[in-house]
Amino acid sequence: MELLCPAGSIPALKAAIENGADAVYVGLKDETNARHFAGLNLNQMKLAEAADYVHKHGRKLHVAINTFAHANSWEKWRRAVDDAVLAGADVLIIADLAVLAYAAERYPKVERHLSVQASATNAGAIRFYQQFGVSRVVLPRVLSMQQVRALARTTDVELEVFAFGSLCIMAEGRCYLSSYLTGESPNTAGACSPAAFVEWDEQDNKLESRLNGVLIDRFGENEKAGYPTLCKGRFSVDDEIYNVLEEPTSLNTLSLLPQLYKEGIASLKIEGRQRSPAYVSQITRVWRQAIDAVMTDPDAFEVEDNWNSVLASLSEGSQTTLGAYHRKWK
Amino acid sequence: MKFSLGPILYFWPKQQVFDFYQQAAESDVDHVYLGETVCSKRRELKLDDYLAIAHMLREAGKKVTLSTMTLLEAPAELRELGKYCDNGEFDVEANDVSAINLLQEQGLNFTAGPAINIYNHQSLRRLIDMGMTRWVVPFELSRDWLQDVLQHNLIDTVRDCFEVEVFSFGHIPLAWSGRCFTARSENRPKDQCELCCIKYPEGREVKSQEGQQVFVLNGIQTQSGTRYNLINQLPGMNGLVDIVRISPQPEGTFDWLQRFRSNINGEHPVTLTSKENNGYWLQLAGLATG
Repeated sequence: MELLCPAGSIPALKAAIENGADAVYVGLKDETNARHFAGLNLNQMKLAEAADYVHKHGRKLHVAINTFAHANSWEKWRRAVDDAVLAGADVLIIADLAVLAYAAERYPKVERHLSVQASATNAGAIRFYQQFGVSRVVLPRVLSMQQVRALARTTDVELEVFAFGSLCIMAEGRCYLSSYLTGESPNTAGACSPAAFVEWDEQDNKLESRLNGVLIDRFGENEKAGYPTLCKGRFSVDDEIYNVLEEPTSLNTLSLLPQLYKEGIASLKIEGRQRSPAYVSQITRVWRQAIDAVMTDPDAFEVEDNWNSVLASLSEGSQTTLGAYHRKWK
Repeated sequence: MKFSLGPILYFWPKQQVFDFYQQAAESDVDHVYLGETVCSKRRELKLDDYLAIAHMLREAGKKVTLSTMTLLEAPAELRELGKYCDNGEFDVEANDVSAINLLQEQGLNFTAGPAINIYNHQSLRRLIDMGMTRWVVPFELSRDWLQDVLQHNLIDTVRDCFEVEVFSFGHIPLAWSGRCFTARSENRPKDQCELCCIKYPEGREVKSQEGQQVFVLNGIQTQSGTRYNLINQLPGMNGLVDIVRISPQPEGTFDWLQRFRSNINGEHPVTLTSKENNGYWLQLAGLATG
């Protein structure tokens, strides 16, 4: 079972490798990936440096080219594939079926993984994408453990699941909430609730967060104010104000590790290319220990308290959840 | 320019569905989409009921397409999808690539629904080569974006092989989740939802803390808070769009159909209210009007 860690910079990539990641995923410095944030990601030169470093340590580099190509700049996505391969990427993570087809036809020997943004949530969808030679599918965070198990037992493709980090509660690649409020979505711009649209304001001792002018949340003096990711805001239904879609919380699947391991899940993905090298170090260290423990003896595996406390301290709102893996969450 | 009725997105009692399609049969709508696309637990109507309605509509001169589920998670849902794809007489709208896979295996043509992610000419051409004969454009794409896709040589040369349809009226489906937000709004877990969404024939309204309509909850689907209305954009669709989709509402659907028809060339424009938007088509934030 592979530990796949995020990196938005060379220092974060080194932190991941030094702390035990089996593979690291990165993106190019443009809208071809779903974490297109200012100051983040690697240019062509840095990408080659990243590949060198990772290979010297005997690990793998995955490059996410996982947004949907625009009709007027298709070349940019094609070039991203060319650049990633040229730099030495071991794996391309792709969502757009034409980009996938291009990679399969032009570089058949470079491994292709189906991005979570392609929303493959069932065996039929996986079969559809197998015509493009994908060797692995990253599963959306909408499936229960029972559903993950059923899939693992019916498909011959490797499965990768999200193990920790920010929790998308919608089927990824099929969520336009962000473009509805701002005009920019993960699919079209590689970003959700983009920072350029965020405003903070103090009104009557309440801190207000807005996204493109729409009030996402209001925080009292003793409340911890989180980033206004729109699906984590407090809205009202019939005059009751609550987190209508989801609380600010992070996904944490430590307790599911033995089950995921027994079902032969190929890879555990840690979310967070936008996070700091220090964050990546801490998260990677915990997950390395946990995966080593489960691989040594899955039946004797127990989640250590200090792992959970480290992870909670690095989570949104200091809360974690099993998300959709746990049926009751739904 | 032709008009279609999209699949009913909400959970209505069986009789209401029958009555709606009786009206559809008597209306001058050209195309009708039938089927549950949101939640597989909604089973007021079974496939046989939809097929009976499909026959009735076909006899009334309508072109009928069976719409299929968008978010499929369980093997039982795939088996049900298989029955729709194997119906043997009506075209199918694929809202997930698993449906495309099934239809492709049988060598059948298909409609690519709006939740299939086609954002460029290259992907569109791949689907055309797989047997796509109608493309319902993704919700968040603008007129300019659509034009960019269609003007490429790769598409222009096969433009007579497929129709272009645009979702033009109704609350926009914006997201699908493993979680049921209507059940959550009633403090029920999804497994004990008791199909409570049947109480909300146009979903549950979500407002910001200062009263702005932000979203509508429709089971596992989240919709736009305000209603998409492209009635004034119809003249700009001529030559670009073949079919204009009206999403069924509990009230007024057929009146709006008439209003749309009478504004094809801009003769009868309508002033949008604050409960409507047209932002996506104009390449603005979805909730905006322009």
